Amino acid sequence: MAPLSDIKSPERAGASTDDAEARAQTTPVSKSALAVGIVMILVFVGVVGIIAASFFSAVPEISWPSFLVDSSTTLEKLGLMTFVVLLFVGVMALLLFMVDSRKRVPNWTVAIAFVGPALAALLLGLIWPGVSTIIQSFYGRSPWSDPERSEFVGFDNFATLFTTSEFQVVLRNTMIWVILVPLVAVGLGLLYAVLIDRTRGEAVSKGLIFLPMAISLVGASIIWRFIYEYRAPARPQIGLANQILIWLGLDPYQFLLNSPWNTVFLIVVMVWIQTGFAMTIISAAIKAIPDDIIEAARLDGVSGLRMFRYVTIPSIRPALLVVWVTITMTTLKVFDIVRTMTGGNFQTSVVANEFYTQSFRQFDFGLGAALAVLLFVIVIPVVVYQVRQLRLSEDIR
Amino acid sequence: MTTSNPSVPPPAVEKKQAPKGPRKLTKAEIRATEAKTKLTSPWATGIAIVMAILWTIPTFGLLVTSIRPQSSIQNSGWWTWFTNPEFTLDNYDAVLFGSSTGFLTYFVNTVVITIPAVVIPITIALLAAYAFSWIEFRGRDLLFVAVFALQIVPLQVTLIPLLSIYVDVGLAGSFWTVWLSHSIFALPLAIFMFHNFMKDIPRSLVEAARVDGAGHVRIFFRVLLPLLVPAIAAFTVFQFLWVWNDLLVALTFAGGTPNVAPLTVRLAELSGSRGQDWHLLSAGAFVALIVPLAIFLFGQRYFVRGLLAGGVKG
Amino acid sequence: MAHPRRKRTGAAAFVGVAALALTACGGNGDSDSGDGGDAAAGSSEIDCSVYEQFGDLSGTSVSTYSSILSPESDAYEAAFVPFEDCTGVDVQPEWSSEFEAQIVVRVQSGNAPDIAFFPQPGLLQTVVRDTGSVLPVFEETEAVIDENFSEDWKAYGTVDGTYYGFPNSSNSKSFVWYSPGAFADAGYEVPETWEDLIALSDQIVADNPDGSVKPWCAGIGSGDATGWPVTDWVEDKMLRDQGADYYDQWVNHDVPFNAPESLAVWEEVGSILRNEEYVNGGFGNVQTIASTTFQDGGLPILDGSCFMYKMASFYAANWPEGTNVAEDGDVFAFYFPANEGATEKPVLVGSEFLAAFEDRPEVRAFTTYLASADYANLRAKEGFGFVSANLNLDVNNVESPISKLAAEQFQDPSALIRFDGADLMPGAVGSGSFWREATAWIAEGKDTQDVLDAIEQSWP
Repeated sequence: MAPLSDIKSPERAGASTDDAEARAQTTPVSKSALAVGIVMILVFVGVVGIIAASFFSAVPEISWPSFLVDSSTTLEKLGLMTFVVLLFVGVMALLLFMVDSRKRVPNWTVAIAFVGPALAALLLGLIWPGVSTIIQSFYGRSPWSDPERSEFVGFDNFATLFTTSEFQVVLRNTMIWVILVPLVAVGLGLLYAVLIDRTRGEAVSKGLIFLPMAISLVGASIIWRFIYEYRAPARPQIGLANQILIWLGLDPYQFLLNSPWNTVFLIVVMVWIQTGFAMTIISAAIKAIPDDIIEAARLDGVSGLRMFRYVTIPSIRPALLVVWVTITMTTLKVFDIVRTMTGGNFQTSVVANEFYTQSFRQFDFGLGAALAVLLFVIVIPVVVYQVRQLRLSEDIR
Repeated sequence: MTTSNPSVPPPAVEKKQAPKGPRKLTKAEIRATEAKTKLTSPWATGIAIVMAILWTIPTFGLLVTSIRPQSSIQNSGWWTWFTNPEFTLDNYDAVLFGSSTGFLTYFVNTVVITIPAVVIPITIALLAAYAFSWIEFRGRDLLFVAVFALQIVPLQVTLIPLLSIYVDVGLAGSFWTVWLSHSIFALPLAIFMFHNFMKDIPRSLVEAARVDGAGHVRIFFRVLLPLLVPAIAAFTVFQFLWVWNDLLVALTFAGGTPNVAPLTVRLAELSGSRGQDWHLLSAGAFVALIVPLAIFLFGQRYFVRGLLAGGVKG
Repeated sequence: MAHPRRKRTGAAAFVGVAALALTACGGNGDSDSGDGGDAAAGSSEIDCSVYEQFGDLSGTSVSTYSSILSPESDAYEAAFVPFEDCTGVDVQPEWSSEFEAQIVVRVQSGNAPDIAFFPQPGLLQTVVRDTGSVLPVFEETEAVIDENFSEDWKAYGTVDGTYYGFPNSSNSKSFVWYSPGAFADAGYEVPETWEDLIALSDQIVADNPDGSVKPWCAGIGSGDATGWPVTDWVEDKMLRDQGADYYDQWVNHDVPFNAPESLAVWEEVGSILRNEEYVNGGFGNVQTIASTTFQDGGLPILDGSCFMYKMASFYAANWPEGTNVAEDGDVFAFYFPANEGATEKPVLVGSEFLAAFEDRPEVRAFTTYLASADYANLRAKEGFGFVSANLNLDVNNVESPISKLAAEQFQDPSALIRFDGADLMPGAVGSGSFWREATAWIAEGKDTQDVLDAIEQSWP
């Protein structure tokens, strides 16, 4: 019999425990499940081993079969892709069927089979790199794992970021992005959601605004660079923005060149993309406002702007905050737009772009790491807030 | 703010609303009252239409550009196409098959990158989310919050250490780097989203299965998985768009070789080196966005559900 | 970079690369097993006995890493074949556009290639200093270099007193592109001195009073390297106005960056680049220089909206397919003139540098081959504008006329050759503040003295 004890719902927990323990003592332990548990532990050890070996530059030369790492024809690529998908799903399925035994399965093996792969991946790809980068931010330009060249510099990197005028511009721009993008995107999203609520063709109207979400930031940047395209006044304009200026009797303008307004024009691209996201969630929240609240307010003589201010807004407040937070986080990490449209020139660079430049163009890994850590620090309060919301919603359940 | 900013309603709207002069003061009130009823004010409809147009025009302009001959693109704005319609597929031909652009190769790379990078995290995250929802083990809640909190780690933080690990184990410059990275980076959000969906599944269903003697694996496959199809669809769309459209991860790990680099890398490169070749850029941008657009239109409902599950409910 | 050759390579070029590589490898195997024709052809091209000193190398392999991309990389692979045929070494090249971003990480994590093609000596310098993994040039190779390259070139590959890298393909930056046809039609002559150049510019302005056609066009956009073409202008002019000695001091920071001599040079450059009457033909005002990529910068010459574009010899590859680059063709380049009365002919050059990370006989043999005249000549025959500073390169083997011109400059005994200074300066300046401030100088009209002060201040 399969073990019931593992699935404990709060209501039933007490009732099932005795039952399960009794069974636990009578059924033999499933060997395959144990094996899975052990394998997963080995995987963890392996991941830690890879990290350590990489750290000490002691990884033995691994010669992968060439079809795994070196595919140049379309057929090879597609073949490898199919192979990987099948391999992966197969391994996961095997893992599961091994723990699914009629014999007694220790709870930890089930838990580790289900959560283990995720945790191992996170350890390898997020936790260790995160820690390593934080340490690096206190070191000079060489990697801290290289004791011969690296030197501990304390907070020097951060001091450079805050005191050098070129980085101050970067910080200023990042602030402008983080403030303006969520503000305008949420504002417009709210406006649009309210305007089209329960109108005919609502789905289509939503779809149009939402569409830019499907376009890559690189694609969006090209689309907008084309709009901002500048031609000398004497020649026909091919960029819409400058053509509109011409129609208005003004001179064409270098939208991407003149600081600080060029940052605003880059922000327009991000707003264009994010408004659809804000609108969708806000719209759903508006629809979720119970009708009786509206009715009650109306009976009290509340209407118009006051209804919006005192009933609609408070009701959708949680949704507004979530949208705000999400867009803020996305904005902080944005890199593609700046890189594709201006390459960070003309005083438009932001922290995320400067990170790439410092790390992969100047090879100052210390400064690059400090920039990444800065991003990290800015996002922390936002996530703390989210975790608190999560906790609250868990409590309600 | 200037004319290019969509937030400024163009004069056309003002005109429309001018005859209703006396009501001007109460426009916001009207809008608000009608928020929960049918919206009929022409003014509000006007704004909505103008916004929709402003949001569509940029993409539309590029689409029109991509089917115009190169010389026309360079010498007149795309809006003149309406009075002087021309049609050519030369730009697409040049972009897809031209040896200096070779988008077809990069297109294949993008497909090869995207599919595993969607399947792998979904598989891992489903299992983890199940454990976080339905298996009791010590420290579960703490672990879940920790995984969720990992969403804050900006990608940038992980790139260099991860790259040096890939280089060490001899995977640098292969598809594996991109697959693994995308999969790992997607996990926190995926686990969180699936967890939210799973919590919504009535406890009684799981209880019933358990009474019938089903173990975790069977409960997972027989009871939960069918109910999770919308959630999986939602995340698939989500992750698909993310991976297909990513530049940073691909740029860092895959580099620019035609063997591995995806469309976005090539497109960004083209934009930086042939900034004025709009016939290539417009067609290239469209080649890059046609698939995500199709996926998006097809899966929009799921995508919205996914956003809601990942966002509002949290 | 469009190139006439591309047209012929056709649609299947990218898919074909792999196949090409495969056939190349296959060819090798064949020659080992006695495919007479191929092997004979290979060995007759170069003198194999040179590589006997390295012992029996058959079955070994050498990996290279480079930022050169297909289809240009095919030309390199073809030029490697005779060496492979001679020695049996399998050369395994890797071509990546992210070379610059990845080389440091690769070296630091102990995964360096055997040989790297550094696009500029500045990066070689960074890798030498940051990783300490680059090996000094092997003595066998250095002997060959001494036969083939002038002493100056050794200095550019030297970091902190040790000789690390030697040039692969080089280019001359002292060129001004123009349309011979347009010059002839307007009755203009190629200027011989700086004074003539300015006079010609004024003449063009006077001949086009409506401002629709301007003497100069320019573009300094280059992604996150935007601004570098300005550094070429400044360096070329510095070399002419202040002389080679001052230039060397300036590069080594023995004189301050914001010295009055330097200011004068910048003002001279500004008299063209920041002169609304002179620029930016086909694009608009001075500001447009910053928003135009250097690849696009010279194209208005073709439609006659500008007459001159100062850009290195490699710009030959940037003209649209079908453009005839020749002295009597659609476009050509003249030497960026020296000042009146100058006795020397300053030439500003740039180059890729080769350096090794591993010391094995086959690596020594291959670097020796890459320094040889055989390689320079074979590679030049493959085209793609390749030109080497190798003194024993037969100019007749150089395919494109502009590269031929560059090769003649390199071999001209009266030429005063100096390397691109920005590439030799510390990265924080040479690929940092110099580019950034030069961009601000153009885009924002920043005061010249302020620009120089800012760069001086950023010197580490």
